[in-house]
Amino acid sequence: MTDAKPIRVLIAKPGLDGHDRGAKVVARALRDSGMEVIYTGLRQTPEQIVETAIQEDVQVIGLSILSGAHNFLFPKVMELLNKKNVQDILVIAGGVIPDEDIPLLKEVGIREIFTPGTPTSDIVNFIKNNVKNNVDDEN
Amino acid sequence: MADKESLDNLAKHKKEWEEKILNKVLDKGHERYEKFLTGSNIEVDRMYTELDIQELDYLRDLGFPGDYPYTRGIYPTMYRGRLWTMRQYAGFGTAEESNKRYKFLLSQGQTGLSVAFDLPTQMGYDSGHPLSRGEVGKVGVAIDSLKDMEILFEGIPLDKVSTSMTINAPAAILLAMYISLGEKQGISPDQLSGTIQNDILKEYVARGTYIFPPEPSMRLITNIFEFCSIHMPKWNTISISGYHIREAGATAIQEVAFTLSDGIAYVEAALKAGLAIDDFAPRLSFFFNAHNDLFEEVAKFRAARRLWAKIMKQRFKAQNPKSMMLRFHTQTAGSTLTAQQPDNNIVRVAIQALASVLGGTQSLHTNSRDEALALPAEDSVRIALRTQQIIAYESGVTETIDPLAGSYYIEYLTNTIEQKAQEYIEKIDKLGGAPKAIEKGFMQQEIQNSAYEYQMAVESGRRIVVGVNKFHVEEEPVKGLLRVNPAVGKLQEARIKELKASRDNLAVEAALKELTDCAKTEKNLMPVIIKCVKAYCTLGEICNVLRDVFGEYKASMNI
Repeated sequence: MTDAKPIRVLIAKPGLDGHDRGAKVVARALRDSGMEVIYTGLRQTPEQIVETAIQEDVQVIGLSILSGAHNFLFPKVMELLNKKNVQDILVIAGGVIPDEDIPLLKEVGIREIFTPGTPTSDIVNFIKNNVKNNVDDEN
Repeated sequence: MADKESLDNLAKHKKEWEEKILNKVLDKGHERYEKFLTGSNIEVDRMYTELDIQELDYLRDLGFPGDYPYTRGIYPTMYRGRLWTMRQYAGFGTAEESNKRYKFLLSQGQTGLSVAFDLPTQMGYDSGHPLSRGEVGKVGVAIDSLKDMEILFEGIPLDKVSTSMTINAPAAILLAMYISLGEKQGISPDQLSGTIQNDILKEYVARGTYIFPPEPSMRLITNIFEFCSIHMPKWNTISISGYHIREAGATAIQEVAFTLSDGIAYVEAALKAGLAIDDFAPRLSFFFNAHNDLFEEVAKFRAARRLWAKIMKQRFKAQNPKSMMLRFHTQTAGSTLTAQQPDNNIVRVAIQALASVLGGTQSLHTNSRDEALALPAEDSVRIALRTQQIIAYESGVTETIDPLAGSYYIEYLTNTIEQKAQEYIEKIDKLGGAPKAIEKGFMQQEIQNSAYEYQMAVESGRRIVVGVNKFHVEEEPVKGLLRVNPAVGKLQEARIKELKASRDNLAVEAALKELTDCAKTEKNLMPVIIKCVKAYCTLGEICNVLRDVFGEYKASMNI
């Protein structure tokens, strides 16, 4: 039996918000758990994020916003992914996101929203449980 | 300094106490931890005595309030003379809505204004710019032109309030707008008091709203120093900020070290531009964070004051005492607020606010309980302001100056923080100073490491965050959060359109052309930026001109 290839994750900061402590901590925790992580840096447009995700062939996109622009920017990313017919990327998100916004964001296809106080281990586990294991692809 | 004999005697008695009394208790059971640590990982001893501050020389190291090295405070009477300025950072949506919030805060006894701008304004984009979509009015007020500033301060006389503006890359433009607004109210620039944050180095390090590369950014900053030293004697030309460095995960020691290193870089840039130290240094101000670890935070403020005084006197040969005084604003720590059981945040904020007052702050913003969830609602802001008022009027801590001075622990921590910050500053000097250290990613990496260590300590349970990794309850989602009207973007776009149709567009073009020409020279940019603002050029138009001449900064990203 071969080991699974590491899961590839893109951590992305859409919008103009410069708060990336959370994004960087999550990126490092995912990396420490064995995943390959790419961090976009600040101020990426939804177009840039989707393009990077496709180019880098990631299985997961983690979006982070703390400015309150999530209701506009997260759906925009999902719309572009759909437009490009990308359906197999797991999209998760985090930031300062009021509970009442979560149902709408899940409806457009964000699989999980991690709000402040989430242990990074929860995020690692969520990804591991929800990304299809690559062992199958290799056989 | 105690004499050797009495210290020896103390050491002997301490040893006896350990053997006869302490060890008996320790033999029966351990203390709660092997090692006790402050919030910033300074190891904390069981108790402190004079033995731990043997080197402390009262006159040399503490002195008197209002006198070098200002450890005990920068004013001879401190809060007995005048309380700190209660200054709540606020702004959201349109200029009209924010104006209403400012009037509410002033009516509640707030004594100064602090303007939060939205991200497009901070990044120099007009509200209609494609990158502004979804962000207009979200984390602050949208300001596209002098027209919006006129609305923002409608009914607020600028000679009666002091105004702090959290604006960095486009600070010169917002300052120009404030000057022009003052003139419209019949108030000359020398009567205006307030602060622009104007601290670009910490934007590269921690906060992220940079536009131009370091060199032209430093020029804009020194241009402001020079302009204000002539025309605006009451204006704080910069607020050198550790706040965001700490929020990004730095320890208290790193906060002091990196902030003062940035301060050194600004002083050096101004000296290089030909300014005299005592012409601009008295208007430098600082901005620190206040965390939960009460004693460490108090010590941090004292250490920062002493260290800066020494730097200004010894390194830069300042003569004017005002150049040596570290005046600072404090904000309680946003990163310590929890989304879980948000009312607990009221208590955290009270401890943090108390730390800043015991540390001798000049002004204070207290966070609201709901800020891990959204912008604060009006009743949350009121509690936050009331917290300051209770400390000011009921706690009694204001009646004597620097009340914790002389505590063995506080003085030990003050010495330790100063010494360790000094070591960092020397390291940064060796790297070529703050701008070079930032370019190499040194500060960023140090901060990221601290942030990660903290997170791991919380996840392992070594650090307890009440309501997060201990003492949870099942909670209903919080109701009544503040919502920014999503139509603000459209409103602002319509307003810009109207402005562009009604202003003298020939004057706009001429002013922007003059700005382009000036930016290519070494001349001070302030006068021509004021001209642009008065011609109702938009913020985006002005920044675009500067982007064309200066270029844009691209950060390298390491995780």
